Amino acid sequence: MTLAERVVLAVEKPLKEAIWDCRMCGQCILHSTGLSCPMRCPKSLRNGPCGGVRADGNCEVYPEKRCVWVEAWEGSRRLPLWRDHIAHLQKPVNWQLQASSSWINLVSGRDARAPAGWKTHA
Amino acid sequence: MPSRLAGLLRQGQFVVTAELSSSDSPDPQDTWRHAEILRGAVDAVNCTDNTGAHVHLSALAAAHLLVEKGLEPIMQMTARDRNRLALQADLLGAAALGVENIVAMSGDDVTAGDHPEARRIYDIDSMQLLEVAAGMRDRAVYLSGRKLPRAPSFFIGAVENPFAPPLEFRPPRLQKKVNAGAAFVQIQLVFDVPVFSRFMGMVADLGLLPRVFVIASVGIPRSARGARFMRDKVPGLHVPEALVARLEKTPPARQAEEGIAIAVELVQEIRRIPGVSGVHLIGIKWEEGVVRVAEAAGLLPRPTLSPLATVGGHG
Repeated sequence: MTLAERVVLAVEKPLKEAIWDCRMCGQCILHSTGLSCPMRCPKSLRNGPCGGVRADGNCEVYPEKRCVWVEAWEGSRRLPLWRDHIAHLQKPVNWQLQASSSWINLVSGRDARAPAGWKTHA
Repeated sequence: MPSRLAGLLRQGQFVVTAELSSSDSPDPQDTWRHAEILRGAVDAVNCTDNTGAHVHLSALAAAHLLVEKGLEPIMQMTARDRNRLALQADLLGAAALGVENIVAMSGDDVTAGDHPEARRIYDIDSMQLLEVAAGMRDRAVYLSGRKLPRAPSFFIGAVENPFAPPLEFRPPRLQKKVNAGAAFVQIQLVFDVPVFSRFMGMVADLGLLPRVFVIASVGIPRSARGARFMRDKVPGLHVPEALVARLEKTPPARQAEEGIAIAVELVQEIRRIPGVSGVHLIGIKWEEGVVRVAEAAGLLPRPTLSPLATVGGHG
């Protein structure tokens, strides 16, 4: 890791962890998920809720917690921009980017790269 | 052999599918014994993938055993237990073994099952799995981009639960699945017909009905205890109190009959909802119940596939 990456991470990680309980997947899609981090979902689902969401809107796995995707849906309705991005089909996670800076990956375009066999690959 | 299920749906038939009881036996006869009960009563049979996060005979093996006997399987695949390599390997394996119909889903969480300490995988999600399967079929590529020498011919399906929050997101979520490659969808057990009906209205408004065949699940409760179990223990199920109360009021010896009556009523109500292409009957460890409901609901005999059925239609 370069010095520049270390510096960016030193700012990005504590900030995003404090605000969004960020899991540092390195390929941030918060604007598409109503600013609710989908990597907090126990199934790490990035395309929507599973079928196990409880009637009260809480998580199948952690009954005391609100479903990440219930929050995402509600959050997306409040967003002035990107409201419709929740309908975008998200490509598979690149697990190689775990713990790296999503800000650097965004600028470098590394987070936009999809597997070659993905239909909508960038 | 192309999917017979796809042919019937494209022909405009109201289809009937059912779930095969999951097996824990290494003897194929035990799988066949359950499957044979369904012969002639349903058009295709779902082979579950470690249902309820309990280990069972693999869906791929069960599906192949059905193919051997001339019964048509629908192979369920969860994203819970396998990464993208294993899922693609099993997709190709299914094609090689004559399994045409596949259904992708997230899967009940490991904590619902008998190995709660297991690591959950979810390397790709159910929606991405749909697109991966469609990519293998339509473009003859793996997710990596590497070419397959020949494309499989899957009939690809999804699941949806119209009863789990956020309710407003469920129809757009189905739309995402259709865009990813789902040509049919099996809906979670319907007990609350008005909620399902509203969901179908929203699905129609999104313009999805010409693009996806909707098959609604109907559960056949065998006892008040069974209904309470579904209400309290099965993730994602919403069982109304009135249904449980109706079974509890019935003497135990007659509860199975009452369960069949409930299921028949549900089939008839669901069939009237515009855009519903079939029912998926679930009698937990009770294939005889499936046959009795199909019969009492007027769904027998099952139609034969006309030779023209593989021409045209969506999916």
